[in-house]
Amino acid sequence: MSLSIKKEYDVVVVGAGPGGSVAARFAAESGASVLFLERDRETGIPVRCAEGVSSPGLDQFIDIDERWIANEIYSARFITPDGNTLDMKSHVKGYILERRIFDTALCDLASQKGATMLTRANVTHAKRTPDGLVEVAYTHIGTPKTVKCKIIIGADGIESRVGRWFGIKTNLSLTDVSSAIQYTINNIEIDPHRLEFHFGTNIAPGGYLWIFPKSANTANIGIGITGNFASEKPAKAYLDEFISKRFENPSINYTVFAGIPVARTLNEIVADNVMLVGDAARQVNPITGGGIKQAMIAGRLAGKLAGEAVKTGNYSTKFLSKYPSEWDKILGSKHSFIHAMKERVIYASDERLNKISRACAHIPPEKMTTLELFKQVVKGDPKLVLDMSKAFLADKFTT
Amino acid sequence: MRINFESCDLCGTCVSVCPVDAIEISEYRAIIDREKCTNCGLCLKVCPAQAIVKE
Repeated sequence: MSLSIKKEYDVVVVGAGPGGSVAARFAAESGASVLFLERDRETGIPVRCAEGVSSPGLDQFIDIDERWIANEIYSARFITPDGNTLDMKSHVKGYILERRIFDTALCDLASQKGATMLTRANVTHAKRTPDGLVEVAYTHIGTPKTVKCKIIIGADGIESRVGRWFGIKTNLSLTDVSSAIQYTINNIEIDPHRLEFHFGTNIAPGGYLWIFPKSANTANIGIGITGNFASEKPAKAYLDEFISKRFENPSINYTVFAGIPVARTLNEIVADNVMLVGDAARQVNPITGGGIKQAMIAGRLAGKLAGEAVKTGNYSTKFLSKYPSEWDKILGSKHSFIHAMKERVIYASDERLNKISRACAHIPPEKMTTLELFKQVVKGDPKLVLDMSKAFLADKFTT
Repeated sequence: MRINFESCDLCGTCVSVCPVDAIEISEYRAIIDREKCTNCGLCLKVCPAQAIVKE
């Protein structure tokens, strides 16, 4: 099946998640010919994601459509190691997505702008050729193929092999990767509009455990713990303990494992002919692990710039470095700050988290703002706590 | 290092920590290149599915 796949495109995008499909769309929109390759049968599957996203700015990328919204979120509950709760009303709406539908809709938008998508296309290698272009090797349903391009965009997720092929150092340290498992659980009773975040060294060392409701009876319940802790006791053991204590007769309807890059954005996310986007570039909020909107923001920057590069015939690192500098302004530096906080949060004691919740216990949820948290915390203890909360809220509720 | 195919979920977490780019994942399976692998064990530590075993 050669279908309509050509021998050469201006831009090849590896990976059709939110980062890749948005990059493909904006590159196509700016006039480039685009091929985007997805290893799996379809995009969005398996759903290695808690599916939570805040609403502001989402409509910059796609018209809001109830087909891919499972549920709306209005508040969050933080549970500290001693079992105290801290409730916070969200000032903006949050959504729990149906990622398989959402991701497909994003791919459709790219296709409508002229980008060609191909699934079951597993990219095995890519290299620069003497003529200044890139040759991409992939297998399509088992048959080896090659395609040439001017720009390759690696949106190939946590694995990020595209970067490695072009000399970009992408490997993560154990403290910068979250080892995660998530169940979608049915036959439970929960508040359908409230997220839950559970903390503590006995609950989720170096990370947190989440409940993201999809309805009053269904939720994505998962946990991510950093690699340095995962070797002693796996994430699954923590999650299973939590679920058996909390729910009477839960039914596990979906199980998925994942790695989440909870790192700073890579120092290099471009090279000659190459740009990295999303998890591949480590563009995830290092504390919350949120990466959907981040990937789309980066995908738009990279896609547009790829279009410009094709028009001007300049695919050099220097030309492409406009992308990392824009990313830094929008989110990159913020992520670096959050990452610094993460280091302190992870190694902060349980007692410290307990202290915060006690300090804030008398504040009603509707008055619980980052500022109020700040006031309470500053009274007693650390600036650290504020920074942590800010990091959390900035991502989940205010961006 | 060896990957137990029955436990592996193809999530790619191991690939992200491998310092020598010895792991490759296709649509159906993950493979460790024995020539490249230095047996450092980082992949084993992060694998959420506990699918990696030391040989």
